[in-house]
Amino acid sequence: MADPRTKTLGETLRRHGVSRRGFLKFCTATASMMALPPSMVPAVAAALDKASRPSVIWLSFQECTGCTESLTRSHSPTLESLIFDHISLDYHHTLQVASGHAAEKAREEAMHANHGNYLVVVDGSIPLGNPGYSTTAGVSNLQTLEETVAGAAAVIAVGTCAAFGGLPKAYPNPTGAVAVRDIVHDKPVINVSGCPPIPMVITGVLAHYLTFGTLPQLDQYGRPMNFYGTSIHDRCYRRPFYDKGLFADTFDDEGARKGWCLYKLGCKGPMTYNACATAKWNEGTSWPVESGHGCLGCSEPNFWDAGGFYNALSIPVGEVSRSVSYAAAAGLAVGAAAAGLNSRAKAKAKKNHGTVTVDDLEKKS
Amino acid sequence: MSEATLERGLNAFREQIDAPVAAFFSSCVSCGMCAEACLFYTETNDPKYTPIRKLEPLRRVWEQEYTISGKIKKALGFARPVTDAMLVEWRELLYDSCTMCARCSMVCPVGNDIAYMVRKAREGMAASGNAPADVISAAGRAVKIGSPMGIKYKALEAQIKHIEADSGEKIPVDVEGADYMALLSSMEVINFPEYIQSLAKIFKQAGVSWTLCSEAFEATNTGIQIGSSDIARQLVQRIVDGAEKLKVKYVIAPECGHAYTSIRWDGPNLIGRPYNFRVLHILELLDELRASGKIRTENLSDERMTFHDPCSIARKGGVIESPRRLMDMVSTNFVEMKDHGKWNWCCGGGGGVSANTDAEELRLKAFRRKKEQIAETGAELLVTACANCRLVIEEGLEEYNVEMPMEGLTELVAQHLVVDENVEA
Amino acid sequence: MNESMDFLLWARGTAFDVAVAIFVIGVIIRLFEIVSLGRANNLAEPKGSEFGPGMKTIVTRTLPEAGVFKRQPLTVIGGYVFHFGLLISLFLFIPHIELFAATFGFSWPGLPNPIVDAAAVLGIVGLLAVLWHRLTNPVMKILTEKEDYLVWLLTFLPLLTGYLAYHRLVNPYPFILGLHILSVELLLVLFPFTKLMHTFTLFLARWYNGAMNGRRGVES
Repeated sequence: MADPRTKTLGETLRRHGVSRRGFLKFCTATASMMALPPSMVPAVAAALDKASRPSVIWLSFQECTGCTESLTRSHSPTLESLIFDHISLDYHHTLQVASGHAAEKAREEAMHANHGNYLVVVDGSIPLGNPGYSTTAGVSNLQTLEETVAGAAAVIAVGTCAAFGGLPKAYPNPTGAVAVRDIVHDKPVINVSGCPPIPMVITGVLAHYLTFGTLPQLDQYGRPMNFYGTSIHDRCYRRPFYDKGLFADTFDDEGARKGWCLYKLGCKGPMTYNACATAKWNEGTSWPVESGHGCLGCSEPNFWDAGGFYNALSIPVGEVSRSVSYAAAAGLAVGAAAAGLNSRAKAKAKKNHGTVTVDDLEKKS
Repeated sequence: MSEATLERGLNAFREQIDAPVAAFFSSCVSCGMCAEACLFYTETNDPKYTPIRKLEPLRRVWEQEYTISGKIKKALGFARPVTDAMLVEWRELLYDSCTMCARCSMVCPVGNDIAYMVRKAREGMAASGNAPADVISAAGRAVKIGSPMGIKYKALEAQIKHIEADSGEKIPVDVEGADYMALLSSMEVINFPEYIQSLAKIFKQAGVSWTLCSEAFEATNTGIQIGSSDIARQLVQRIVDGAEKLKVKYVIAPECGHAYTSIRWDGPNLIGRPYNFRVLHILELLDELRASGKIRTENLSDERMTFHDPCSIARKGGVIESPRRLMDMVSTNFVEMKDHGKWNWCCGGGGGVSANTDAEELRLKAFRRKKEQIAETGAELLVTACANCRLVIEEGLEEYNVEMPMEGLTELVAQHLVVDENVEA
Repeated sequence: MNESMDFLLWARGTAFDVAVAIFVIGVIIRLFEIVSLGRANNLAEPKGSEFGPGMKTIVTRTLPEAGVFKRQPLTVIGGYVFHFGLLISLFLFIPHIELFAATFGFSWPGLPNPIVDAAAVLGIVGLLAVLWHRLTNPVMKILTEKEDYLVWLLTFLPLLTGYLAYHRLVNPYPFILGLHILSVELLLVLFPFTKLMHTFTLFLARWYNGAMNGRRGVES
């Protein structure tokens, strides 16, 4: 058996009994996911077939394991999972059997052996408030990240925590959490945001990297344009109801039953860029809006602080009615003062009135 | 007494600005609709006559003294002050080109009563010595001699004798305890003594107890026109004193627009207390006498007649229906002007404009509006109820070579009055 | 790095709170400033009442007098078109209603989006028409000051950005939505200190006009 690190993806897939036909089907799906024209499918297939197995170090920081759960268990035994099988996951402390020094040793070995070529996947945010908030084997997340990234080819920030800070960074951000991009500036960082992100998007990014040896085109948030180029709203099958002004007012009213737009129930689809509406979840079974719940906007920065999940997007983040009542109270006080000034000014003018007589209607001089 | 200075003028602006003025200025969005209601703009097409613009000095004082943003702007040095030079420039706008006819006040989409503000702005103009020279002189005559035209009671006495000799009617003077005290405008004394004769005839027939007051016959009030409440107060006080001395129940405002405004609406506010008599316009009284059957008319004319509503009496005084009922008492062929009643167009000479020679050219230009309105009706006789309107219109028609006889409505009623010889006054 | 989303959250958060506070405080100050100047007790015997005619004028002044309409139809039509476009867009667009509901606790039915969209277009066209009119009509030209252009812009921007945001013509959406909200905040902040106050004070002004005339027996 060849060294797994040198075995190509094609070989691995064949060993797992994936037919040529199945492989091409996967390549077609992958190409379309990456918004490549069909003519590119053979090229994708050829590239993937020959792609060697990259070493991947998976770092988990301030996270909930949801991303890992989402990515690892939900697809088995799909092709996506084989992609994951195929990568050489040399370090993943949630999944690996080894622990403690042995685990750290595995990481260091992988870094040495593949210096300059390995990929670092990060899930979770990094606390800057106090390095002790989150450590692995006594080493702070920041230090681990900096060390690990130093020899990496690229970093994939998986999940909104790694991409944008996520829940740990939500107000009041007690740990001083930051995103990978806030720390890593000298390596390409691809954000695969979402809470959790769509598994297919991860595989897509890996497929792209394996196919072209480059990173995909990114949007302003460092997300692959292929997956994050269109908003949920624009791809939503409920969009016609929005356009017609047909909205569900509650989760159990007639509108909800008829599948009308969930805008009023807080759907953040219009401001959220992700592939849920097309890629769907759980092997294409459904996605949040299809299941009757508005989009939370989980792939967007600061989505936890973007107002209540069940408040319409147009409702401001703060409590407007409270602001209005405070302002009204302040206004009454300041207004009374302004009124007092005006009354005084007018009273003064009355007092200063110089009686006009017919003898002084003309200017002197 | 104090001197006419800019500061006295500005102080007058400050004093005059009240909640309505502040609401009006806050609401103006510079839409310019007021211009379209103003005959000084429509007949000249000169946008400087846009009514709301005439109030710029008052507006600036309001903004700078009574609004938070204006105070901030002033503190930062952004505010444009109101200077004497500005007021000199604005004299033409606030006096020559405004009769305070209030037509603009009726069309403003946000509801600004522009005429109300012009009247107030004139307080500052008068106090700062920026009133027109002719109106200043008229005010001097009104206070010192007793009438803006400079006539004294002696002149009226002579007219009375003349009328009594001519008509045989008795003109009661200084009758204590009479019900009604009639006021006159000096124009009526000099130009239209028929009015006095008509009153005598009608009142005799209707059995109305009335009198003139030798100390308070002049109804006009130059103080209102020039925009000085202090002067207006002096002039109103004379009438109040006269009426109270004679213990009359009613004071009758004559056929004169601003006189009605001053005695009916401004008077009590000027002297600071309600009257202990009531004020009626002569047309209101005639309409009451008509309604109660005390006067009847005959030989109704089939001449085509139209009626010019004096602004102060109709739009600003609410005497709108009475003249129409009276017109129907004298004519079978009464036609309305296209814009009438509260929508009438001013003759162009109200609010002191007719007394102001600076304004003459402009006034005659503006008169075209009235001339066209009259022409549209095809009327053979123009009736009105204001001696000033009558003179201004006569002069205007003459300027444009239009032949059109005019009458006062009271005279017309008197002419058609059914005189029952058995009635004894 | 998260510029447009941070911007949107700022616009929907702190900026909105600040703008609303300035708006509410400012409007109250301005109304107090006006009312505090008082109105002298009128001692003349009234010929009619004040309250009713005042209320009536608040309504009747909405329609122009025929004569001035004929002379300046564009002022009236342009004014109507843009005001209706603006008011429909502001008050009958469902996302806006949600905002009012969250603020005041009650709501009302909205209109289907295409109708609101059409109203917004009319509003934009109306505003462009009145701007053109302001730039060319001699009366308006002489009356117009910088502030008039400022309030025009303050009114125009929310309509324009709202239109762009609704049609998703600017990417990313959070950026244009943020701009839209920011333009409204700009409007709110400057509202109390500019002619935009006419929105509220015109009711006072019309009432005073109707009341003062009504007292003299004239329907104004």
